[in-house]
Amino acid sequence: MTGALVEVNNLSVGFTSAGGATLAILRNVDFSFGKGETVGLVGESGCGKSTLALAMMGFLKSGLRVLEGDVLFREHDLFAMDNSALEDIRGGDLALIPQNAGQALTPTSRIGRQIEESVRLHTTLAPERRRERVIELLSQVRLPEPEELLGRYPHEVSGGQQQRVAIAMALAGKPEVLLLDEPTTGLDVTTQAHVLELLRDLASETGTAMVYVSHDLGAVARVSDRIAVMYAGELVLQGPAREVLRNPAHPYARGLLLSIPKLKEAVVPSSMPGRPPPPDAVVQGCAFADRCTMAGQLCCDVSPPLVSTATGEVVRCHYHEKVENLPPPKAPRQGDGRSRDLSDTVLRLDEVSISYAKPGVIDQILGRQPDVTPTVDDIVLDVARGETLGLVGESGSGKSSILNTIAGLRPPRKGAITFENDVNLNAPVDRRDTDLLRRIQLIFQNPDASLNPRHTVAELLAQPLRLYFGLDAGELRDRSIALLEQVRLGSHYLGRLPGQMSGGEKQRVAIARAFAAEPELVLCDEVTSALDVSVQAVILDLLMELQARHNAAYVYVSHDLAVVRAIAGRVAVLYQGRLCEIGPSSKVYSLPSHPYTEVLLGAVLEPDPDSAPVLMAEDAVELSPPARGCPFQRRCPHRIGTICDTTKPPWQKTGDGHAIRCHIPLTDLERRQRRADSARRP
Amino acid sequence: MFKLILRRLALGVLTLVMVTIIVFVGVEALPGDACTAYLGRDTALETRLAKCREDLGLNQPAHERFFIWAGGALQGDFGISSRRHKPISDLVQIRLRNTLLLGAAASAVGIPIAILLGVIAALTRDRAADLWISTSAIFAMTLPEFISATLLILFFSVWLGWLPGIVITRPDAPVFEFLQDIILPIIALAFVMTAHILRMVRTCVIDVLASDYVQMAILKGVPYWQVVFRHVLPNALLPTINLVALTLAWLLGGTVVIEIVFNYPGLGRLMLDSVSDRDLALVQAIALILAVLYVGLNLVADLLSLVANPRLRTMKV
Repeated sequence: MTGALVEVNNLSVGFTSAGGATLAILRNVDFSFGKGETVGLVGESGCGKSTLALAMMGFLKSGLRVLEGDVLFREHDLFAMDNSALEDIRGGDLALIPQNAGQALTPTSRIGRQIEESVRLHTTLAPERRRERVIELLSQVRLPEPEELLGRYPHEVSGGQQQRVAIAMALAGKPEVLLLDEPTTGLDVTTQAHVLELLRDLASETGTAMVYVSHDLGAVARVSDRIAVMYAGELVLQGPAREVLRNPAHPYARGLLLSIPKLKEAVVPSSMPGRPPPPDAVVQGCAFADRCTMAGQLCCDVSPPLVSTATGEVVRCHYHEKVENLPPPKAPRQGDGRSRDLSDTVLRLDEVSISYAKPGVIDQILGRQPDVTPTVDDIVLDVARGETLGLVGESGSGKSSILNTIAGLRPPRKGAITFENDVNLNAPVDRRDTDLLRRIQLIFQNPDASLNPRHTVAELLAQPLRLYFGLDAGELRDRSIALLEQVRLGSHYLGRLPGQMSGGEKQRVAIARAFAAEPELVLCDEVTSALDVSVQAVILDLLMELQARHNAAYVYVSHDLAVVRAIAGRVAVLYQGRLCEIGPSSKVYSLPSHPYTEVLLGAVLEPDPDSAPVLMAEDAVELSPPARGCPFQRRCPHRIGTICDTTKPPWQKTGDGHAIRCHIPLTDLERRQRRADSARRP
Repeated sequence: MFKLILRRLALGVLTLVMVTIIVFVGVEALPGDACTAYLGRDTALETRLAKCREDLGLNQPAHERFFIWAGGALQGDFGISSRRHKPISDLVQIRLRNTLLLGAAASAVGIPIAILLGVIAALTRDRAADLWISTSAIFAMTLPEFISATLLILFFSVWLGWLPGIVITRPDAPVFEFLQDIILPIIALAFVMTAHILRMVRTCVIDVLASDYVQMAILKGVPYWQVVFRHVLPNALLPTINLVALTLAWLLGGTVVIEIVFNYPGLGRLMLDSVSDRDLALVQAIALILAVLYVGLNLVADLLSLVANPRLRTMKV
């Protein structure tokens, strides 16, 4: 391609394994883009997308080396350059916005100094003018009070602000290319939407080319003109964003799109079977062949060449013209719409409040509670047998605190938690009897942290079985195998250690361990947040299946509204530790909504070229809930006056157990929201 | 942060109070007392023992004696050595000076070398320089001080005759007269100390080199040496502050062996002598002084890392 700014030619990158073999993690990648283009680079973890992005700056992580091919920036080979030339280009013409700004900013260096460093290295500004420029950059990324920010350390600002600081730092050298490595992963939905809008605006204002690397097709859809999909170190599909999102010509891209839960449908998305080949697998033919429903003998024998389609896509598939009519790999499972006997309550929370404030010495002596606004307050919830209650909210909304309190890991400050109508759950976990412990199980977000890395799967599963049922060795094995089969893992997993399994497999073992106890209530804390979308779809499907089989109730905590829509029959929305709205998910996800629910739903990004997020409230970070009035008073787009600040809003019921906690009368609220909604539509 | 400092200070004082009590109770719990120690346990006449106890005030109840002793110690008065017939503070003062001289000189040499070598080893990880430095460090750590000290004497005093093998300078001689004497003890001490600190520095620098922010700095186009000095070292050296303090404290208490080998008139040797003399008051005093130094150094290290680490400095308590 002529006029390309960055050109990756037939690039293979790999490392030498402990066994001495050369393993490739990027294979024969051809990729290029010109001035002002915005390209999305998507794929799941381990597909090599970050390696490719870093290679475009002439950088490889230690241990990796170029096996073949080159990377050209303005027709100069980056891997053949000397260090001083590279130092000029990096941060100057080619700037990176890192994944986790919190860790990518040097902790002992003030924000002002770190941005100033980039200005010093990549511009000719006189030293006394640099400070001015840094302030200008900070205002350009819409950070409030930039002067004050200069003297702060990275840990003194919020995650969203850290990300903006990283963007400002990247803009310091007036780059021609911005490489964005998962820049919004780990941010709250509203913050993510704001950061993405900022990036879109910057790209159109400055004409900077952007390569947006992400696993999130929704985010990529929002910022890219062109999308490239990677699988197992290869570029399998590239084309105009609209085509790739609407009619992908590669079966993997199609499966990936289908596995994303949608806000508007209460279904668990269909999942792709299998997993990508590990880097040491010998792949002959197509890397996706063993997971593809239409793979034939040709796919297993011959690696498909890159071919262009009529719609302008470039695809690596022998049968790309058949992809469009492919049936989904697995029919989507209908979501939790079943009507249940809601009076058969498993769990009841009555005016529960939780406080993290530590009483001072004097308070402890006098036995007083510190007089502070509790982190979580006034929670009234019921969970019926066999149902799923979703708890949604952004970070700091207290959803995990509530789970921990139900599990007995943190005592409530006041209020009552009742299990099965008669068991008082206010007792901490060490004072609960074994049978009560068995009946309530907790599954954590990160299986790497929740599974002991030195225990084999057999030992992990044996612990609950021995503790709760006193099984002997023979029964243990049979039972463990049965459990593994329920989570669709074979008996050969028994001898494996967590380190020998993929993220999805580990989470399945964690789920099997919870169900080993035959619980009545399972507390799920962001159980799919650390997983790839295609793996998430499998886990969600599994959770639904296990629930139907065991009639267990779930309290499902997540920040992802689409996931909750897929799995939960009822949803509770939390802001700053207070309930805003609760009810059947079909009601919560439609108008009228609590203003906070409306803000959250508006910020969700969907992998649809025609949808745009709606930014209604500032993504300000509130450190503590207001002492009086409505918790959402400071950010509410529909604020009606001082009543919001002074008086706790009433619960307004719409029927079917749906209630909204707001001062605005529901008819009025719905009218405002419909008006706002129609004003947004073109 | 002010509150945090106050809390650390209070904890330090509390530790010292506990140490004082333990030292006192420990000596109390020994069979016999200062008088039996002084007069001999079996041979002493009852009347002389009684007279001695009367003189030393040992007839008072233990808690009263504790407060008298602790109150005196607070003002630097540790009483009179029963065997040496001199005020303990006079005896201890000059020896403490000598030990501090040795410790300060050894750390002034050892710490900068340790940091420098540790950083070099980390930056050249798994290459020749690192292998040499790391292997030598392990060797230095495993070699007991009395061996390395004896070898030093063999080389530099016996064979080459450059430096004195043992110290014959009077304990209360002015500092400059010791300068030639302490070269070999310093080398022997710095040997072990350097090895410990070096390995810690190496590990910390390697951790920081693998961090996201160092990768970010490289990808910002920061030249290599600026990455090292502006992004790596300020973060890597934070955890070493506490280790350095611990090593210093070890140095002060642990110079006993070196002092014996070189016949150096320091606090450690005085303590050993006083133990074999059963000079209980002196043992008590030295134990307390060493504890104060230990607690004090750690307190300084804690405060230093508080000041040096912005995360701790800006922490709200």
